[in-house]
Amino acid sequence: MTNKQLPVDGKGLLNNPQHRAIFFQVFALALVVFFAFYFANNMFDNIESRGITTGFSFLDNTAGFGISQTLIPYDDGTSTFMDVFIVGLLNTILVSVLGIIFASIIGLLLGVARLSSNFLISKLALVYIETFRNIPILLQILFWYNVVLAALPGPRQSFAYLDSVFLNNRGLLLPEPIFQSGSGAVLVAFVLAIAAIIYLIRWSRKRHDDTGEEFPIIKVSLAILILAPTLVYFIAGQPITAIYPELKGFNFRGGLTIIPELLALLFALSIYTATYIAEAVRAGIEAVPKGQKEAAKSLGLKDYVILTKVVLPQALRVIIPPVINQFLNLTKNSSLATAIGYPELVTLFSGTTLNQVGQAIEIILMTMAVYLTISILISLLLNWVNAKMAIKGR
Amino acid sequence: MKVTKLALLLGLTAAVPTLSHAGTLEDVIKEDVLKCGVSTGIPGFSAADSNGEWKGLDVDFCKSVASAVLGDASKVKYFPLTAKERFTALQSGEVDVLARATTWTATRDASLGLNFAGVNYYDGQGFLVSKSLGVNSAKELDGATFCIQAGTTTELNLTDYFKANGMEYKAVTYDTSGQTIDGFKKGRCDAVTSDRSQLAGLRIKLDDPTSAILLPETISKEPLGPVVRQGDDAWFNVIRWTMFATIEAEELGVSSSNVDEMLKSSANPGIKRLLGSSGKTGEDLGLKNDWAYQIVKQVGNYAESYDLNVGKDSPIQIERSLNKLWNDGGIMYPMPIR
Repeated sequence: MTNKQLPVDGKGLLNNPQHRAIFFQVFALALVVFFAFYFANNMFDNIESRGITTGFSFLDNTAGFGISQTLIPYDDGTSTFMDVFIVGLLNTILVSVLGIIFASIIGLLLGVARLSSNFLISKLALVYIETFRNIPILLQILFWYNVVLAALPGPRQSFAYLDSVFLNNRGLLLPEPIFQSGSGAVLVAFVLAIAAIIYLIRWSRKRHDDTGEEFPIIKVSLAILILAPTLVYFIAGQPITAIYPELKGFNFRGGLTIIPELLALLFALSIYTATYIAEAVRAGIEAVPKGQKEAAKSLGLKDYVILTKVVLPQALRVIIPPVINQFLNLTKNSSLATAIGYPELVTLFSGTTLNQVGQAIEIILMTMAVYLTISILISLLLNWVNAKMAIKGR
Repeated sequence: MKVTKLALLLGLTAAVPTLSHAGTLEDVIKEDVLKCGVSTGIPGFSAADSNGEWKGLDVDFCKSVASAVLGDASKVKYFPLTAKERFTALQSGEVDVLARATTWTATRDASLGLNFAGVNYYDGQGFLVSKSLGVNSAKELDGATFCIQAGTTTELNLTDYFKANGMEYKAVTYDTSGQTIDGFKKGRCDAVTSDRSQLAGLRIKLDDPTSAILLPETISKEPLGPVVRQGDDAWFNVIRWTMFATIEAEELGVSSSNVDEMLKSSANPGIKRLLGSSGKTGEDLGLKNDWAYQIVKQVGNYAESYDLNVGKDSPIQIERSLNKLWNDGGIMYPMPIR
C-alpha cells in the first residue's frame, strides 16, 4: 500500500540507497540490543525463580580458605572474597609479567640463533622451536610440573646454598628482606642513581655526536648503580636485614617461598611462547632487504652498528605486532595453571570461590572482564610503541 | 508492509515463552533416562571400573532412582563432575540429581538454589599422612603442607581447625581428588585432607597403601547426600523417598535376594506397603506402586549397597559405625513409608 505512494526517483525513505543503508544498520543494532536484553532478562528471571542468590555482595563475605601464594597480606580466617580476587589477579599478573620477560629474552636469542651462520647453532634452534611450538601448552605445563616435583628432593634433603637459599619440592626458598626505618634513604639513593645514569647516557650520546669521543658508559653506570645505594646503606646504619628460611618440623619457616607451581608454569609458558617470538624475530630480521646491510657495510660501519642502527630499527617494525599477540597469548594461557593448582585468577576465583559461593554468572563475568582489560591494556601499550616505531612519512 | 512485518517479527520474539523447565520428574520419564551427576572418581562412591562401568554407593543411588522412576536401573546417564563444577551443572539443569558425596551445609542449601534431599552417608573430615613422618595425631601437624581439593567444605574446615588449635599450615589446592593423592605421592604435601571415606578410597590407590595412615581425629561433620534443584517439590520427594526406601528395606530385612519371596508371602504390613502390594505411596509420589520393589530387586537395600561398595565386601573396608541403622547403634533413620 505504502509502496505505491513512494516516488521511484530514489528520494524516498526506503528507496534511497543511503537512507536504506542507515535504516538497516539501525534495524540490525536494535535487533542485537533486543536479543541481548531478552536473554539477560530471561536469565535473571530463571535465576530468581530458582532461588539462587544474585549480586556482588558476596565479595564482602569471609573466604575462609588457605592460598599457597599471596602477594598481599591474606588471612585465612578474616580475608574476604574480594581479597581472594585481588590475590588471584596479582598472581596472574606476576606470572604473566615474568613470563613475558623470560619469553622475550629466550625468544630473541633463539631468533638470532636461528639465523646464525653456524650450522649447529641454527639447527639446534630449529629443533627447539619445532619441538616446543608443536606440543600443546597444557601438556607442557603438566610435564614441567611433574618434572619439577620429581626432580626435587623433600624439604629435609633440600639442595642448600650458603644455608640461606634452599631448593626442594616445596619450592625455592630465599631470604626475605626486612626494611627497617632508614631503608627509605637506600631506595632514594637507588632512584637517584638511575636518574643519574639516564642523564649520563644522554650526555655521552650528545658528546659522541658532537666530538666522536667514546665514553665507557656501561662500566660507569654499573658502578653508580651499585656504589651509591651501598654507600647510603652503610651510612644509614644497615637498615635492611633478612629473615632466613629455617627447617622447623616438616617444612621451612620464614623467608620467601617461590612455589613449584609458579616455577613449572613460568618454565612452560616462557619456553612455549619463546618459540613464537623467535619466529617473529627471525621473520623481522629477514624482512630487512639485503641491500641495506650491504650498503651499511660498504660505508664501513661496524657489524654492531649495522645491527643496532640499520637492521634492528627496520626489523622491529615487523617484529612488534606479532610479538604483541604472543604477549597476549601468554597472559591468557596462564589461566591453564588451574591444571597444576597455581593460585591464579581462574583457579582461585572462578574455581574455588565459584564453588564456595555458587554465583557462576557474576564470578565468570568478573573473571572475563579482567582478562579483557589486561589484554586491551597490553595491546594499547604495544600499539603505542608500534606507532612510535613506525616509518614516519616526511 | 515492511513495518507490519517488523512488528510481527518483534511480536513473535516477545511471545516466545521464557526458557523454563516443566517438572523434572516428567522430563526424566519423557526422556526415559536419568541424568545423574557423580564424581570424577571417588572409590567406593562413584568411580568407573576397568570395564568403564560406574560403581559405588552414589552410583547405586542413581540406579535406585532410575529403578523407582523408570523401572530400569540401567537407564542412567552418568555425568562425572569435579567438586567445582557440580553445583553449576545441577543449577543449569545439565543433571537431574547430584549424587556426588556432597556435604549438606546451610550456605549451600540457602544460597545456591538447591535442596539437599537427605543424608545417605555420615562422614567426617580426616587426615592421611605418610607413616614415615612419625605423626600420630592431627595436633602434631603444625606447619605441615596439605593437598586439598578446590571448592570443598574441607578447605574451610582445615582453616577452622588450625585456627582453633593455634597452628599454621600451607595449602596446595587441586581440582580433583585424584590430583591431591598424586601431589601427595610426589611429596608436594605432607598430608592429604578430605572426608574420611574418600581418604580410605584414595589410600588404596597408593603404590603401597600400608605406607600411609589415617589419623584418628575427625575434625568436622560431613553429612553427604543427594541434591536437587530448589522449587521442584515432586522431584525432591521422589529423591528423598528413594533414599528412605533403601534404608527402610534394610530395616525390614528385605534384600535383593529375598524380595520376590517377600512380595509373595510376607504378611508383614510394613513390607507390603514398601513393596506396593498394599497402599499407594508410589502413586502419591507420581510413580508406579512397585517403585520400591524395583529399587530393592534391581539395586538392593542400603546394607547391600554399603557392604559391596565401601564396607566389608569392598577393598576400602570402612566400618559402618554412624551409618548403621538407628536400632543398631547408628543414626540411619528412615522415615516411615505408609
